[in-house]
Amino acid sequence: MNRQSNLLKNIDWVSIFLYTLLIFMGWLNIYAAVYDDTHSNILDMTQKYGKQLLWIGASFLIGFLILLTDSKFFTAFSFVIYGLMICLLAAVLVFGREVNGARSWFELGGIRIQPAEFAKFATALAVANVMSRHGFKIMRFSSLLQLGILLFIPAALIILQNDTGSALVYSSFILVMYREGLHGSILLLCFVTVALFILTLLYSPFTVLLIIILASLIAFWYYRQGKGEWYKVLLFMTGCFFLSWGICWVLQGSVSLYQLLLYTYMLTCLIGVYFIYKRKMKRIMFVLLASWLCIGATVSVSYAFDRLQPHQKDRINNLLGIETDLTGAGYNVNQSKIAIGSGGFLGKGYLQGTQTKFNFVPEQSTDFIFCTVGEEWGFVGTTFVMALFLIFILRLIYLSERQRSDFSRIYGYAVASILFFHVAINVGMTIGIAPVIGIPLPFFSYGGSSLWAFTILIFIFLRLDANRLQVFN
Amino acid sequence: MNKFTHRKTIISGIIIGVFGICIVQLFNLQVIDESYKLSAINNAQRTETQYPARGLIYDRNQELLVYNQAAYDLMIIPRQVKVFDTLELISILGISKETLEKNIHKCKHYSNFKASILISQITDSKYARLQEKLYKYPGFFMQTRTLRKYNVAHSADVFGYIGEVSPAQIERDSNYALGDYIGINGLEKSYETVLRGTKGKRILLVDNYNRVKGSYHNGDYDVPAIVGGNITTTLDIKLQEYAYQLMRNKKGGIVAIEPSTGEILLKVSSPGYDPQLLVGLERGMNYRKLQADENTPLFDRTVMASYPPGSTFKTIQALIGLQEGVITPESRFECHGGYFFNGLRMGCHNHASPLDLKASIQHSCNPYYVNVWRRILENSKYPNVREAYGNWRKYVMSFGLGQKICPDFRNELSGSIPSQEYYDKVHKTKNWHWMYIMSLSIGQGELLITPLQIANIAACIANRGYYMTPHIVRPSEQVSNYVEKHIVPIDRKNFEIVIDGMQMAAGGGTARSASIDSIIVCGKTGTVQNPHGADHSVFMAFAPKENPKIAIAVYVENGIWGATYAAPIAGLIMEKYLTGKISPRKKDLEQRMMNANLLPVSKQLKNAENEENIGD
Repeated sequence: MNRQSNLLKNIDWVSIFLYTLLIFMGWLNIYAAVYDDTHSNILDMTQKYGKQLLWIGASFLIGFLILLTDSKFFTAFSFVIYGLMICLLAAVLVFGREVNGARSWFELGGIRIQPAEFAKFATALAVANVMSRHGFKIMRFSSLLQLGILLFIPAALIILQNDTGSALVYSSFILVMYREGLHGSILLLCFVTVALFILTLLYSPFTVLLIIILASLIAFWYYRQGKGEWYKVLLFMTGCFFLSWGICWVLQGSVSLYQLLLYTYMLTCLIGVYFIYKRKMKRIMFVLLASWLCIGATVSVSYAFDRLQPHQKDRINNLLGIETDLTGAGYNVNQSKIAIGSGGFLGKGYLQGTQTKFNFVPEQSTDFIFCTVGEEWGFVGTTFVMALFLIFILRLIYLSERQRSDFSRIYGYAVASILFFHVAINVGMTIGIAPVIGIPLPFFSYGGSSLWAFTILIFIFLRLDANRLQVFN
Repeated sequence: MNKFTHRKTIISGIIIGVFGICIVQLFNLQVIDESYKLSAINNAQRTETQYPARGLIYDRNQELLVYNQAAYDLMIIPRQVKVFDTLELISILGISKETLEKNIHKCKHYSNFKASILISQITDSKYARLQEKLYKYPGFFMQTRTLRKYNVAHSADVFGYIGEVSPAQIERDSNYALGDYIGINGLEKSYETVLRGTKGKRILLVDNYNRVKGSYHNGDYDVPAIVGGNITTTLDIKLQEYAYQLMRNKKGGIVAIEPSTGEILLKVSSPGYDPQLLVGLERGMNYRKLQADENTPLFDRTVMASYPPGSTFKTIQALIGLQEGVITPESRFECHGGYFFNGLRMGCHNHASPLDLKASIQHSCNPYYVNVWRRILENSKYPNVREAYGNWRKYVMSFGLGQKICPDFRNELSGSIPSQEYYDKVHKTKNWHWMYIMSLSIGQGELLITPLQIANIAACIANRGYYMTPHIVRPSEQVSNYVEKHIVPIDRKNFEIVIDGMQMAAGGGTARSASIDSIIVCGKTGTVQNPHGADHSVFMAFAPKENPKIAIAVYVENGIWGATYAAPIAGLIMEKYLTGKISPRKKDLEQRMMNANLLPVSKQLKNAENEENIGD
């Protein structure tokens, strides 16, 4: 009894509340997404919302069971669980059932289980285990290699199942690694690479160049603030601007905005190098170098992209959701934007959405469930849901930071990062700012596997957290 | 504590930043950008046009002539099509697998998402069979359309036909959209605005597969289609049918008018064709066939063919001469088998000489009218021949010649009464001699008149000095009345004299063959010189003499004398119309007329073939 009351006292009820709230909002939205007049009973078990209610009930049971489990079990058996999941991932390649081109489902008596969903918590446990070991130094090569292998195996197996989206989730561990001491420049490098790649393909070269130059100016301002050089630089750049305009006119008789911007920046840098060298401004030198690397990268990305075969281009465009053919590959994103956009500020009201109700948005009860929220609840609703997710994630970070054990903290960060990745990418793709990689919106998307996997993920952490005072690291 | 604790702030910052970007984009999509709201409306609502049934066409006795028949188009939305039983479909439709595959490919090429016509105009029986099976073919559905159907196998030139509206017409008139039908010819064209009705619309809610999910706001915003207005023609379809029988294997045109009203009783262009030929799938092929036919069935000989009026024109010459006072009923001119002047000769028939005016009409004496013509043109009232001609031309035009007189026919030609300026040009002087235009005296030369105009002259004479605008559609609520009385500036007493002459012609003169027992017929024959072959036979008449009920003009191409074919045919038609039957005495004549074949021998076979195709 003592243990029970301890548990009740130490468990984080805020998280439980957020979890429950999100799950029931998700359920109501699934009902709205598949609603039609002939099956209006929300408890109808032949319909998705009826089934989802079953999954929800099962989740609560799973959560409850996890809370009853001794937290030592998860630390002690993390590798066993990980190994088991890897076996399942491998088995599904052989015995799995193919759905929508992805062989990632086990079918057990009418219920379909997706091992890839459960591999996430197993990997998080294993990573937490490895990283919390004595002697693990993240900046050491052998440590990084261990970590890399741990992440690579499930990711590779999932890619083999033709479910790239779920595999990309493992990239979210970079946040965990950063928290545990990975050098900031690596995070920055990853961020910049991804950002540049997407920027180059989404926006015109001019826009990308402008962004790079603005970023380097901001960096300059950050490093040299209070030195009174700011207005000089601006004056200097203005001079270079007119100079390059003149040069363009003399050389070719015409001038494009892109050229003008490029030459201005080039001149500024060339002349600026002298001062930078003289005054030994190492960091500014680094910024200049980085900015030119970025410019070079964007030019080569678009150069390489132009030389791809049409179908290869399509695939990449498709991935980024920028396909212009609105009836073909870009259909999903466009329809989803229409559905969300048509919601307006206050939304059309519950069950009043025409876009989602009439199936304009494909996969609307799974990957594109956020459209229903957007259409029926409007900007108020979407902001509310986003705020709930944000509070939940920040809460998880807060909980992680209060852990005494490294294992619990690392695992907590993994949970927060995975949740963050899922929400950001899923919502991002429905509103056209992230590539369309089919991953579910946690708690909202229809499907037992995803719901249970997130339940397990979160409740293990809540169990660890409830036990935090008994751990002495 | 861990030395990297401060990084929680950076990580939280990144997360908050990314969520912030999402919320900014959401704000952009949901609050700022209005275009997505519009797209949503276009997405989920489908406005369906409700096509009204086209108006019906009746004859003067409320006999239904043209109506509508439902036809069905098999539509397809390629994206929704799943694997289906090709064999069953082609056996129901009765088409080949290749055709089906070709059409599906065509539809796919047009749009994968929009509905397009796979097979158009499916018959009733195929429709019934297909409708039963349609549930097995997702992506396929039927669309109802109406086609024209005719109760008669002739008179296509009156009805005209309908076809799909052209892009240029859509541009001009916002009432039309792609795939709509529009009248292309005949009444279908001239009464398009009455017949077409008003399109309605239905707003439906549809899902992504374009499946109808219900009506929008319970149909509050729907607009029902308004059925096209019906048209009652002035045609007597029984008479029309009889006339076509008489004109079998002859080229020519017949127009009959009720003089007191201007109603067109009869309009026959021979050879004609079955209007049904230009409906449905075979239309294009049939049209090309008709176009290639040597006997030009598509050419409307009643309003588009301009022939010289021949001797029928002598009636007008006599009227003008009397009105101008250059002749009297008692004026006599010598005729010895023709008119001779300066080595010119204009032949004439054998008849007593000299004749007075009435007898000149009875015997159609050519020299008589050369003399009348000379007196009209050399009238001392006018300074010169040119002026006199101008005055004469005014009289002629008042009969409705040289102009379009019936707005119901959009294809009508005006014919030609040459102007003074025309002859100035031809003779390179304004100082002409009357001999220059001598052939006009007997209705030859540059005069061009349509059969409709000749019938109108007959109506004018029957009315003793006026004509009502000829028309083929009775005014009604939808059809505005444009009929006017047109006065000819010639005294009634002069008409009586000419009418007496016409009575004599039909009684014992050139037009004997048009006579009817118990009814006084007034007529005038004509023969139109044809440089290309046998002369054309013309006849103009009205009956009865007092209180005339019908005025008629008959043109038979290559009919030689007016008396040979045109007059007997006119007589039979008038008898049929006035008495409802043909007297036993004339049964032989009737048979002879029906059996006469004036088509060139080489073309007869072909014509027979055509008739078989047309069928009744």
